[in-house]
This record gives sequence, C-alpha cells and structure tokens, in this order.
Amino acid sequence: MHGDEACAEGAIAAGCRFFGGYPITPSTEIAERFAQRMPELGGVFIQMEDELGSIAAVLGASAAGARAMTATSGPGLSLMLENLGLGVMLELPCVIVDIQRGSPSTGLPTMAGQSDVMQARWGSHGDYSIIAYAPWSPQEVFDLTVLCFNMADRYRTPVLLLGDEVIGHMVERVVIPPVEEIPHWERKHPGVPPPATGVYRSFEPDPEDLIPPLPHAGEGYRVHFTGLTHDERGYPDMSADTHHALVTRLNAKIQSHAEEIIRLEEYFMDDARLVVVSFGCTARSARRAVREARAQGIPVGLLRLVSLWPFPEAVVRELGQRMDAFIVAEMNLGQVRLEVERCIGRPAWGVHHAGGEMIHPEKILTAIIAAAKNVGAPGSRKASSAGGVQISG
Amino acid sequence: MTQATVVDTHPLDTILRADRMPHIFCPGCSIGIVMRCYAQAVLESGIPLQQHVVVSGIGCTGRVAGYMDLDSYHTTHGRAIPFATGMKLANPNLMVTVFSGDGDLSAIGGNHLIHAARRNVDVKVICVNNFNYGMTGGQCGPTTPLGAVATTAPYGNPEQPFNLPYLLAAAGAGYVSRWTSLHVRQLKQDILHSFVRPGFAFIEVLSACPVGFGKSNNIPDGLEEMQLYRERCVLARGVPLENLSIDLRENRPIYVGNFIDRDLPAYKPVTRVG
Ligand SMILES: Cc1ncc(C[n+]2csc(CCOP(=O)(O)OP(=O)(O)O)c2C)c(N)n1
Ligand code: SF4
Ligand SMILES: [Mg+2]
Repeated sequence: MHGDEACAEGAIAAGCRFFGGYPITPSTEIAERFAQRMPELGGVFIQMEDELGSIAAVLGASAAGARAMTATSGPGLSLMLENLGLGVMLELPCVIVDIQRGSPSTGLPTMAGQSDVMQARWGSHGDYSIIAYAPWSPQEVFDLTVLCFNMADRYRTPVLLLGDEVIGHMVERVVIPPVEEIPHWERKHPGVPPPATGVYRSFEPDPEDLIPPLPHAGEGYRVHFTGLTHDERGYPDMSADTHHALVTRLNAKIQSHAEEIIRLEEYFMDDARLVVVSFGCTARSARRAVREARAQGIPVGLLRLVSLWPFPEAVVRELGQRMDAFIVAEMNLGQVRLEVERCIGRPAWGVHHAGGEMIHPEKILTAIIAAAKNVGAPGSRKASSAGGVQISG
Repeated sequence: MTQATVVDTHPLDTILRADRMPHIFCPGCSIGIVMRCYAQAVLESGIPLQQHVVVSGIGCTGRVAGYMDLDSYHTTHGRAIPFATGMKLANPNLMVTVFSGDGDLSAIGGNHLIHAARRNVDVKVICVNNFNYGMTGGQCGPTTPLGAVATTAPYGNPEQPFNLPYLLAAAGAGYVSRWTSLHVRQLKQDILHSFVRPGFAFIEVLSACPVGFGKSNNIPDGLEEMQLYRERCVLARGVPLENLSIDLRENRPIYVGNFIDRDLPAYKPVTRVG
C-alpha cells in the first residue's frame, strides 16, 4: 500500500467519515481512496470547488460532530490557512494532511519537498500553536493519521500531518490492526444536558487541561461560535483583556501538553557525541548516513522528529548541553535548522536541498565527517561565534 | 404626547438572544427586519428549534448568527456556504440556513455560491443585498450599480453589477427569489417554503443601508428607501431573468417575486452497499 492510501485507511480506521477536498498532486490518491471507500461505509466524500471550501466544509462537519479531514499539498495549504485560523479560534478538531512537494508556488508538482514546515507553524495570522506530525513510512502514515485524529479531539484543535511526495507515493507493507486495537480518544463532550434557560458556555475551559468540552450543532445547546474574540459563552467580546486571555489559553492548552504531544525517535544516541536531526523521507537517508558514520567509528546518533510542532525544545536544548555538533538534514533551505539553532544557542551544520529529489545519504555522511573533524572549530559547541556550515544536498 | 411603554416580553424572545441586545445595526438599517422574518419563519416552521442552524459569513449581515438563539456559527468572510455544506452533510437532520451579505456571498464567496447552487446542496441562503459593503464603511462591491458612489468609487463605480437571480439561475439553482425588506409577509412565506422543499434555495432581499449606500447615492434615509420599494416594486411575471438588474437611482421597476422553483434532485453523498 502506498503512503497516500495508508493515510486514507488510517483516517477510516480512526472513524473519519467526512472528507472534503480538492485534487492536488501528490495528495490526490488520498481523495480518490476516500471517494471509493466512503460510499460503502456510509460516510461523506465531497469534492469541493477549491481548498477554501474544503477546509470550511471540514470545519462545518466537525462542528456537527464528525471526525473530518482534508488533504492537500503546499499550494492548497496556502489557501486553507485562513480557515485553519478559524478552526483554532472555534476550537474545532479536524485533520489537514499536507503531502509536500517542491515549492514555492506551483514548484515541482510531482516531486518531493519539505518546505512547508514553517507555513504549517506560522501560516495563519495571529499567535497560535499547532500540532504537526511527519511520517517517514507508509506504516507510519497510517499510525500517525490515527494519532492526528486523537490529538485533534483531545486538544479540540486542527492537527496537521506533514507528509512528503516520497512517503506519499512510496509502496511498503502496511499492517492495519483490528478495529479494537486502534486507539480511540473520545472528543470531550459536555457532561450536562443543555440548560433550560441561559447560555451553555461552549468555551469555558476545564481548569485541569484548559480544554472546553465541545457541544455539536443539533444537540440543543444553542451554541454561538464566532471567529471574533469571544467570551466563555462564545459571544463576541471586543476587549483587550478577553482577547489576551483567549489567545493565551489557545496557546497554553497545547504548549502545556507538549510532552504528551511530542513524538521522537532516537537511533544510536546512547553514546553519541554528534547528532543528526531529521524528519520525514530525509530521515531515511539520515539513518543510513549515521549507520555508515558509525562504521567509520564516528560517535553520531539520529534524532528523528516524528512530531514537528510543538517543537521539542526541552529535548534539543538538553542535547545542546551534551553534543559536540548538530547536523540538520532536511529538504528545504533550513527551516528546522533555525529551530534547532534557536534551542541550542549556536550554529548547527545544515544539509539542505530545496526539493525535487531525496537528499542522498552520502551528503549527510560528508557533513557528519566534516562536523566530527571540526569539533572545537566553527559550528561546534566549543566555538562560540562562527556560522554553521551548509552543505547543499 | 404618547409615552413609550416598556414591555417585559417580546414575541421573539424564545428565538433571539436578548442578552446580546442592543444589536449593532444602524438606525434605518434593514437587516433587523430580514432577521425578524427569518426568526418568524423558524418559529412557524414546525421544525424543532434544535434542528435549525444559522451560519453567517462576515459583514453587518453576518452578525445575524450572533443574535439568533439557535446553534449559530459566525465563520469567515465568504465561507459560510461551504461551512454550512459540511455541516448539513455530516448531519442531514439539520435545517441549515446561511444568512449573509451580498459582498460576503457574491464577491469573496462567489465561487462557493455558484457551486452550491450547481450541486443543489440542501442549504437555504438568505442574501441581504444592500448594494455595498456596509460593515467596512460603504465600499463598492459586485452588486453596486454602475456609476453609484461608494468610498472606493468616489467618482462612480466603473463596474457592471451582478444580477443575482440571473446568476443563480444560470448556475443551476432550483429555487431563486427576490423580495425587499418591505415585503415582510412574502419574505417570511418564502423562507418557510424553502424549508419544506429539499435542495438549495437562494433568497435575495433588497435592503436599505442608509449609512453605507444611501447617503452617498441620494437615499439618505432608510424609510425613504422603503418608500421607494413601495412605489417601484413589481411582481415579475414572465419578465426575462436578464432584465432583473436593479439600480435604485433610476426610475424603473424593481422586479420581485419567485423566479425559479424547479424540482431537482438535492445533493446526497454517494452511498453503496458493500
Ligand atoms: C478575508 C477578509 N477580507 C476582508 C474583510 C473585511 N470585510 C469585513 S465585512 C466586509 C464586507 C461585507 O459586505 P457584505 O457581505 O455586503 O455585508 P454588509 O456589511 O453589507 O451586510 C469586508 C470586506 C474580512 N473580514 N475578511
Ligand atoms: S452600515 Fe449599513 S448594513 Fe451595516 S448596520 Fe449600518 S445601515 Fe446596516
Ligand atoms: Mg452588503
């Protein structure tokens, strides 16, 4: 099964019964799989007129109680960002899959990229926090799609799956566990019936976790949801204090649970002195490079970012204290490296390519060797000011 | 002198959010009248209130969602229709009404409007057409008549406006009508009728925005615009759709009525047995 199909199957296994989307390479197979599968499952597949409509339909479906998703690539994600912000503000769970291709603009439609990392984090206007995962195999596409739905419902927020063309179109064995083994976290629902008089407070956070239970349309709660700054009743409230409190909570409900959200994988890290940081398809090359470097006696490990956002600041910061050098390998010109450098407070080595072909393990190996030789020189922990070296992939 | 009496209750108390009053609408604005017609239709529909949902975009008209004591969603500019589409398909028991402005629905949301009409998705669209962008202070939009003055067309609007019923009919809508904020009975009846017939419905309501459109185009008062509707509105019987364009500044008939009511299969998600 290829990655895109595994994504649709993961969503279906997670109970997603609403897909609204607009075709775009290299994500189209996800829509096609849904078009085939929804009719027999009693779900909804609708091909919308554009991505603006796709994400709006997904939010509407979510507000009516459905597990809902859309899938796209960079150009489509750009169009969805406005209503991604609406999803954040209305606290409507949904999953947005971005199978990245070479960008900016129309870029390389059929070839891979990993350059939507910052768009995923910061694309919509305003201060908000987002959750995003980056699978490196079709199996992981399946597993992480399930996780995306669970995280979306748990934190009452949109969640992104940032795949890439290589993984989307890669064919590998995918094991689909029996239904009862698929983790399912329930959306938090009001524990009380609709009030006979007065207003149900759809945005009153549970003090424990800052997440308000979500009443759906048609259940009798007479909710009001608005993208305007609102109070706990959901009513517009144009006050700076309410605004500050709301925006702060929307961020805090994710940031304060970062540890539960973040997923990382470490390879050969036990005795490592150098670390390669990578994700998605590039992490496959990085693992190979790390293995080869180990064979040459270089004490290097791999930190694979299974989740991209929230960024694992604490982990990277702590590694910054111990590691002699960081090498960031990614199919963009340094988006994750920027984050790593922010956390470690010094330059990292970068292995970058703007997209179109996978970064060859050889390129990453070259950087590892150079970094190992230069311990104590520019880019290493012991040097203070000189810039990290970039090796174009 | 007669004294105003303060009453404790209002016939629409059960369906308006009294705790959100006073509303934001300017004196002489038509939106409140149209909202009342919708509220009345909802009450008379016989459909449990719990099943009614109102979805709005952004604009003065878009604020209506916030005043209805129903499940109500005030979304983003132009996206009310696709939001409503997703909602209706996810829960077909809901009666979903989109209540929004001419700019929201036909400018920034124009693509969604024509596609919803073509699909015949079962949402009811009430479009308050006040010939301008009221909320942002009277800019011109796709319904502003050629030559009319707006803050972004100080020398007169250089563009041809949409004739919305004609546009919607061409897009394949099964139900298209037009009333004005003066035609409260007809409008309420029409909304009620749209509730019982499955499929997409588009109801345009010509409305006064004395602040944004009227004052710069010699209709400075809401009441004056109502007077103008009374004098000029004509029930369109057999008038070709292409002749339904409006320019309040010209002394010619304003055609109102139900223009299209045809049975088309309402959009349903595809289903297949195993
Ligand atoms: C994406 C976006 N662009 C622009 C605006 C600014 N804006 C708010 S309301 C509006 C026009 C609304 O006009 P209309 O739909 O006719 O409603 P009215 O106020 O006339 O009832 C505009 C342009 C916005 N809120 N969002
Ligand atoms: S600006 Fe126009 S549309 Fe808006 S409330 Fe005032 S009169 Fe009504
Ligand atoms: Mg308007």
